[in-house]
Amino acid sequence: MTRTDLDGGPAPGTADPGPYPAGARKPALSSPGRTRAAMSRSVLLWLPVAVGVLVASLLVSLTIGPAQITVAEIAGSAWHHLLAWLHGLGIGVDVPPNPLTQIRDGIVWAGRAPRLATGAFVGAGLALCGGVMQAITRNPLADPYLLGVSSGAALGAVAVLLLGLGVALPVAAFGGALLALGATLALAGIGGALTPNRTILAGIAVAQACSALVSFTIFASARGDAYREIINWLMGSLAGRTWAWVAIAGIATVLIGFIVLAFGRTLDAFAFGDAAAASLGVHVTRTRWVLLTLTALLTGALVSVSGAIGFVGLVLPHVVRLLIGGRHLRLLPVAAFGGATFLIWADTAARTVFAPQEVPVGILTAAIGAPVFAWLLVRSRRAA
Amino acid sequence: MSGATEPAVTVADLWTSELRYRINATQILGGVDVSVRSGRVTGVLGPNGSGKSTLLRLIVGALPPSSGHVHLMGRDVARLSRRERARRVAFVEQEAHAEVDLRVRDVVLLGRTPHRPAFSGDSAADLDLVEASLRRTGALDLADREFATLSGGEKQRVQMARALAQTPRVLLLDEPTNHLDVAAQLQVLALVREVAAAGTGVLMAIHDLAHAATVCDDVLVLDAGVVAAAGPPREVLTPDLIAAVYGVRAEWVDGEHGSALVFSPLLGGGSARQERTMSAEAFRL
Repeated sequence: MTRTDLDGGPAPGTADPGPYPAGARKPALSSPGRTRAAMSRSVLLWLPVAVGVLVASLLVSLTIGPAQITVAEIAGSAWHHLLAWLHGLGIGVDVPPNPLTQIRDGIVWAGRAPRLATGAFVGAGLALCGGVMQAITRNPLADPYLLGVSSGAALGAVAVLLLGLGVALPVAAFGGALLALGATLALAGIGGALTPNRTILAGIAVAQACSALVSFTIFASARGDAYREIINWLMGSLAGRTWAWVAIAGIATVLIGFIVLAFGRTLDAFAFGDAAAASLGVHVTRTRWVLLTLTALLTGALVSVSGAIGFVGLVLPHVVRLLIGGRHLRLLPVAAFGGATFLIWADTAARTVFAPQEVPVGILTAAIGAPVFAWLLVRSRRAA
Repeated sequence: MSGATEPAVTVADLWTSELRYRINATQILGGVDVSVRSGRVTGVLGPNGSGKSTLLRLIVGALPPSSGHVHLMGRDVARLSRRERARRVAFVEQEAHAEVDLRVRDVVLLGRTPHRPAFSGDSAADLDLVEASLRRTGALDLADREFATLSGGEKQRVQMARALAQTPRVLLLDEPTNHLDVAAQLQVLALVREVAAAGTGVLMAIHDLAHAATVCDDVLVLDAGVVAAAGPPREVLTPDLIAAVYGVRAEWVDGEHGSALVFSPLLGGGSARQERTMSAEAFRL
């Protein structure tokens, strides 16, 4: 090899003074191939699709249940309530009659609607948390429950349900989640730096300890109906959720969701590891801890509302990444709407398939999520 | 060497002073001074574990130095924000990264991260720069491919494009020819020369001494974290130095297409390096 082989580029004297001189010629941007590929991954295409599917799912699943209520009746009833509300604000509008009787109106707006809304926010929040966790730990198996958060929440819930601890269940579950998170971080930090791997292993240890305590408490003190109640909660359930629960899940998901979304570009920079992220100007350690804490807080809030619903946070981000690629400003919102839709349908199945019996929704998300995950695994093996 | 014909007396774009890194009591890097100048390629040589990657990581800010300073365009980087530093220094690692769910275009777009606010979309100027960077590295036809499906040489060219899209004054490369076949190695090295010719200073860790001698204007030889020698490659890479640092016998052989290094094991059993570490063991006992 000679230097003439290597010096294929312009000689120093003739080269551009800087890498990119002002007024550099515009490269031709639109080849047909690019346009097509860009379209298939465009957030402008996928986000409206995801939102549309979610809205349609909400409307349709509002009609599903023992009482036969049509979409038209629901739409008419919603219109009635909206105009009645405006009328109440002193805006002069004519309020049309409600097509639903008072009981049927209650079934829709006090029974099905808050339950659906809770499911939508929980599903969206779990998918967001999963997507973020997978990015910052660079671990495709990461899910929202990675740091022992769900086991801690379960311990808090069991303490209320079985030991009669005198606080509201969501408060106890959220407290348990935070205590577990604190224990995980403390354990990971003993005698060394907090690295992602140590943190995950510490999370496993804390989760196992909490699970053992939960099992022992159930074994020692659960009697009769308490069993069913606790199993329902441990498997995850949205039964009987009211608008108060919607508020908790909704505020947590929307607030933390927007903060996390602001880290979208930063999360992309983690794709090639910590050193590459640092070389792109990312404060790696600080970013990781801010995001771990935010997702753990959100997960704690969601678990306290619905119990630990598995597989949504694990599988949804993978499916969406497959469809639209790994850029987080696109991935996270689409995954959130996808998670909401997924959990709505899983919960609709949970309350209808074995009616009048209810199945804990966590069983259904696992029953659907596990085969999907297996399929993803087989698929990635073929691609590799 | 073009380096010999350009005795430009310019202030270096980047220089380090007494850069040290230790993990607990173990010294990884002990007081390294290196400078990188616009238009020149500086090679960092040395055996495995001599501190080449650590030096690059300290300069780019992926590791905090135990002591010492990095000066960039005349300013101490400790006074720059991470983003300000990242606008001036780009870094390409040696890992293969099989599991990245990004298209090539999106990988190159990562180079704009330190130039963009967190919540902004991709500006037309960014996309133009991505296009231009891909063209410079000969990877434009890969733009819509999935990064994970590329060959090693293609990945390296895309990573170089990503680094160029960062519009750095100094480009750090960690073993850019690692795991590549010989044709891909030569392509990447030619690209390194082109990048330098366009005015960027390049600091490159590299294993292959013959490549280093051909491509680099200056080399820095690290041995156990300290500088064993520095200067133009043909002056530095003498048989004596190579024997002392690597423990192999080396010989310059002039051929039709230039000169090359030929290696053979040192005669007399153990290498000089082994003998030296053995005597150190004996001393400790």
